[in-house]
Amino acid sequence: MVEFRIDRHSGMAAYLQIVQQVQEALRLGILAAGDQLPTAARVAADTKLNPNTTLKAYRELEHLGLVEPRPGVGTFVSASPARPRSLADSPLRGELSDWMRRAHGEGLEWADVSALITAARVEHYPAV
Amino acid sequence: MTSADGASRWAVEARGLGKRYGRRWAVRDLSVRIPAGAVCGLVGPNGAGKSTLLGMAGRLVRPTTGSLHVFGAPVSAAPGLTDISFLTQDKPLFPRFTVEETLRLGRELNPRWDRAVAERIVRSGKLSMAARIGSLSGGQRSRVALALAFGKRPRLLLLDEPMADLDPLAAHEIGGLLLAEAAEQGTTVVMSSHRMADVATMCDHLVALDGGRVRLAGEVDTLLAAHVLVTGVHLTEGVPAEIARHTVVESRAVGRQFTALVRPRGRIEGDWKIAEPGLEEVLLGYMRSPAAPPLLTAAARTESAENEEDEGAAA
Repeated sequence: MVEFRIDRHSGMAAYLQIVQQVQEALRLGILAAGDQLPTAARVAADTKLNPNTTLKAYRELEHLGLVEPRPGVGTFVSASPARPRSLADSPLRGELSDWMRRAHGEGLEWADVSALITAARVEHYPAV
Repeated sequence: MTSADGASRWAVEARGLGKRYGRRWAVRDLSVRIPAGAVCGLVGPNGAGKSTLLGMAGRLVRPTTGSLHVFGAPVSAAPGLTDISFLTQDKPLFPRFTVEETLRLGRELNPRWDRAVAERIVRSGKLSMAARIGSLSGGQRSRVALALAFGKRPRLLLLDEPMADLDPLAAHEIGGLLLAEAAEQGTTVVMSSHRMADVATMCDHLVALDGGRVRLAGEVDTLLAAHVLVTGVHLTEGVPAEIARHTVVESRAVGRQFTALVRPRGRIEGDWKIAEPGLEEVLLGYMRSPAAPPLLTAAARTESAENEEDEGAAA
């Protein structure tokens, strides 16, 4: 089981936050095949989130092939979820780490680094 | 949302509803509906008519004009009373009663009383049944009040500022309890609130009032998606022509920067930065611009009001 954290000031839609947190839990191995996701009522009780928002996130996750609804029982992680590749050992992680080391070495403050990341994100992920 | 008898698809349906106190109209010519199963936030500045509207739906206030139906039946009809729970802001409970005596009162007064539900709500708060109401904290009293409200097994639960006087922890607990029980029992909830962050995540529907009239009504997602924030360089006097062709809710120019909250009709031409507004930004935009045309989505519009509604609303 996982517990969701809804950041009300992130500017990101709450249902997307749930989608992301499930994806992350799958990557980290917190969730595995066959695990049940909390019911919408449970999420509502824990986080004050409208149950329909949770259901919308679960539909999106189902669409991504990550979870399956079992009518009358709940929502479960798919037997063979189209799992996002583990990112921890991806070369991208190492390259980003190298890049950040250089930025730090050149004396950039975190605010500068963050601004560069945001600018790059707007360029490549305009929809986020 | 749809049920066998089409009439009860709408938990609340107001047509031309008005309430006058002396010479002042607290609610005026209000036509709106709230679908069954919704968790609907009722927002607006103080004096907007929120409590009056809740009072009319809860049969504490008699309308001056118009009609008000709850699940398809006129609100004045006798059967309506068992369908509705109304929790006013002061959460009236007898301070000298114990929790147990309070629940017993609920059982004696309500033919459809669900003891299991009421006791579950009380117990999940680790409340002693023997505790006196007067000795409880604000959050605990709210819990007992909600236990009474849900124990009645209402189809419609009306709440006036349910979390206004609670500390953050209690507000979180009570809000979660409210949503979980409503989901479990399929209760339609209409709650007034000043806490925009709560409304944005707790509610799937919204009715925004100002000066006794509806400014926004419908599904929160649809209302948000109907608006964009436009920012750009201001070169001319007034609202630039390519923006003015859309419905401009609010606009302002600071130095060379022009910002507007817009209901787009089609594409916005020109070199503008377009962003999605948050719920609070949209609401504040309407509250600051009394002349901006109201927006009711298809779900919130009554048939009689349908023709008056403008283009962008169908979004």
